[in-house]
Amino acid sequence: MKNNKILLLFAHPSLSRSEVNRPMFKAAKELDFVTVVDLYGEYPNFKIDIDKEQQRLNAHDIVVFQFPFYWYSTPAILKEWQDLVLEYGFAYGSEGTALHGKTFMCALTAGGAEKAYRAQGYNHFTIRELLQPLEQTANLTGMKYLPPFALFASRTAVEEGRVQQHVGDYVALLTALHQGRVDLSKASELQRINDDLEAVIASTTEENK
Amino acid sequence: MTSIFIQAFIYLFAAVIAVPLAKKLGLGSVLGYLIAGVIIGPVIGLVGQETTAIQHFAEFGVVMMLFLVGLELEPKMLWNMKSKLIGLGGLQVSLTVVIVMAIALAFGQPVTVAIAIGLIFSLSSTAIVLQSLNEKGLNKSSGGQSAFSVLLMQDIAVIPMLAFIPMLALPELVEAASSLQTATEHHEELSLVAGLPSWAYGLAIIASISAVIFGGHFLSRPLFKYVANSGLREIFVATALLLVIGIAALMSLVGLSPALGTFLAGVVLANSEFKHELETNIEPFKGLLLGLFFITVGAGINFDILSQNLTPILVITAAVILIKGAILYVLAIIFKVKGSNRWLFALSLAQVGEFGFVLLSFSLQNNVLSNELASMLQLVVAISMFLTPLLFILYEKVILRRYELQSNEQGEYDQDMHKGTVIIAGVGRFGQIVNRMLTANGINTVVLDRQATQVQNLRSINIKSYYGDASRPDLLHTAGIETADMIVIAIDDKEEAVSLTHHIKHSYPKVKILARSFDKGHTYELRDQGADIIVAETYFSALEMGASALTHLGFHPFDIEQKKHAFNTVENNASDELYNEWKKRTEGEKFGQDYRTMFMTLEETIKTAMEANRLDKHNATERGWTPPPKDYLDDFKD
Repeated sequence: MKNNKILLLFAHPSLSRSEVNRPMFKAAKELDFVTVVDLYGEYPNFKIDIDKEQQRLNAHDIVVFQFPFYWYSTPAILKEWQDLVLEYGFAYGSEGTALHGKTFMCALTAGGAEKAYRAQGYNHFTIRELLQPLEQTANLTGMKYLPPFALFASRTAVEEGRVQQHVGDYVALLTALHQGRVDLSKASELQRINDDLEAVIASTTEENK
Repeated sequence: MTSIFIQAFIYLFAAVIAVPLAKKLGLGSVLGYLIAGVIIGPVIGLVGQETTAIQHFAEFGVVMMLFLVGLELEPKMLWNMKSKLIGLGGLQVSLTVVIVMAIALAFGQPVTVAIAIGLIFSLSSTAIVLQSLNEKGLNKSSGGQSAFSVLLMQDIAVIPMLAFIPMLALPELVEAASSLQTATEHHEELSLVAGLPSWAYGLAIIASISAVIFGGHFLSRPLFKYVANSGLREIFVATALLLVIGIAALMSLVGLSPALGTFLAGVVLANSEFKHELETNIEPFKGLLLGLFFITVGAGINFDILSQNLTPILVITAAVILIKGAILYVLAIIFKVKGSNRWLFALSLAQVGEFGFVLLSFSLQNNVLSNELASMLQLVVAISMFLTPLLFILYEKVILRRYELQSNEQGEYDQDMHKGTVIIAGVGRFGQIVNRMLTANGINTVVLDRQATQVQNLRSINIKSYYGDASRPDLLHTAGIETADMIVIAIDDKEEAVSLTHHIKHSYPKVKILARSFDKGHTYELRDQGADIIVAETYFSALEMGASALTHLGFHPFDIEQKKHAFNTVENNASDELYNEWKKRTEGEKFGQDYRTMFMTLEETIKTAMEANRLDKHNATERGWTPPPKDYLDDFKD
């Protein structure tokens, strides 16, 4: 049984209006192996403390970005965070190996329906394709990339009673990541990691077999 | 003169010993006063004859209490109470009169006597009930609110009762009285309306009530402002007393209840900016006079008559409490007072009150009741008042506990208690902005300033503020510091701000203190006293000004934003160190600390801190967005 520590970087600029991200964030907060950081709460002026953030990265094995999908990308503060924290000599460059071997995943909510996120849909690309800048960031910084844990049609999730299930899946996935029970090779084939959670989360630790 | 001193000493001594003791034993202050009265009166006989005289004086405590109650009650709230006031209060009075009368008739009393007894027993004790409700924090509960409306209705009902009782005079008593010939002690009270025809009497009443409302609304403000601007606190106290006593006098002159008149004046002034200052000034007088009143009730218990008629008196007392309680309980069901509040309502009002004494002596004077019966009834009234604090204890210890086990009634309380108030002390150029920010976000603020003109200016632009000196602990109390979440200290006097911080931190450790400081030294002094958040009044605006200067000198605005942040970070990081430095200095040199040397040390420390940062691989201001080295592509292999 592994004992991975998870750093959850959460970015939601209007938490009081959040319907899905807030319960997800709340549930994650309850898990003692997850360190949650409300970026907009901690840096309301966007003055990100680079040292502090780098130390946080050093202290964790898994990095999760949780955010509502804004214009096919993260909210601004997560981009700011990347621009400032992933410095040369820390995250990349010949001496920048701080992130090597860690695991990276996005947990996001998208307003569009699943059928919009495909070549024939009005968004033309799948969610995984749209997240390629982040996938490549993970590659370049030496992190293992997991497909996103995503919820589509999030604006009507409450009305359609989909939130509870989604939050439950989130907790299950974070727990599995913590215990090292996520099958990375199976996961990497998926568009969304929650397309087939059962297959991805092994009942026993994969690496111990 | 000497005897007055001695009497005053005895009364005060009894109170000082008995009240804290009773409070400690969980009996409440009212019972403490009553017991003190019993001990100095009937038990050891130190006082006695003068109690009735003192009682008249002490009844003024009730008048002041109703003034304070009125201050807490805005006209709108009074209007919202009207159905309870008339329905609940009216029914309580009339039902009690009818039922008590019927019972008295059944025991063979003449009709007139029965009616008089019914009237006397229908009234409850405003003094004891309100004092106990306040002390136990039950005044905002629905049971407490209902009890208050009934008490208010009773105070109104006293007026027609006083008019009605003379008509009940018994012919044989009148005869006996006239043969004794008038006047031994019964002298006519000073009255403006005696002998007036009833239409003129009505006009006089309407005129004096309008005078109270009109005067309270229009004349009090300029008067208070004038006095407040003089800066003499004792004159403000005198003005507050003048107001209450003046209204009481006017009401007595036209034969109305002084308590009712001052209550009305209180309601009129409930919206006034001087509200909290008035409360603070009247409060101690009210407390003392009420205490005196309770002592006289205890001292007035006549043990001779009591021991001669022990059984009938106790039976009547028990019967009165049971009947009144039962009527109240039924009314509480009809008016949908729920749960434990129903019991609070029924138990709290089951006694006979101080107006019972008034009606009794009035009935006696008007030959409605015989001497013998009146002195027995007097004891019934006194004992029932004596038992009231015990009923409150019964409520708290037995009934409330049972209900707490049954269901969680907390919700009902919470709405009243958790208003999330912030007190803002000092609302000049600084506090004003803080207040606007808070009220714009729906936060309840209580704004205090000791400049009457400033308060008036703010009121004219709809900022709800009160006149008062926030550095006075008792004013903070009336402003509600016990229940406030935080206090913003933005008063002009540096030393007072520090001592206020000290006081609040010690007396109300739960209240968060946000203090405005003038400069570094002041910041450290405030921090030393335990202020939670300190903002220097000039720091951020000066930083803005520095940034504007840099912008106009051609720096890139975004760059300046980073420099501003770096400056602030260094300053913040250095502040702990500087504070400790400052502390060492103040402890070392008790007086005459050289401010200039201190400031130079601060500057030196800031410089050191800045330089330490520059020795780092990146300057603090350039840390973010530093591009990678020119040759960094060599690191990558395809």
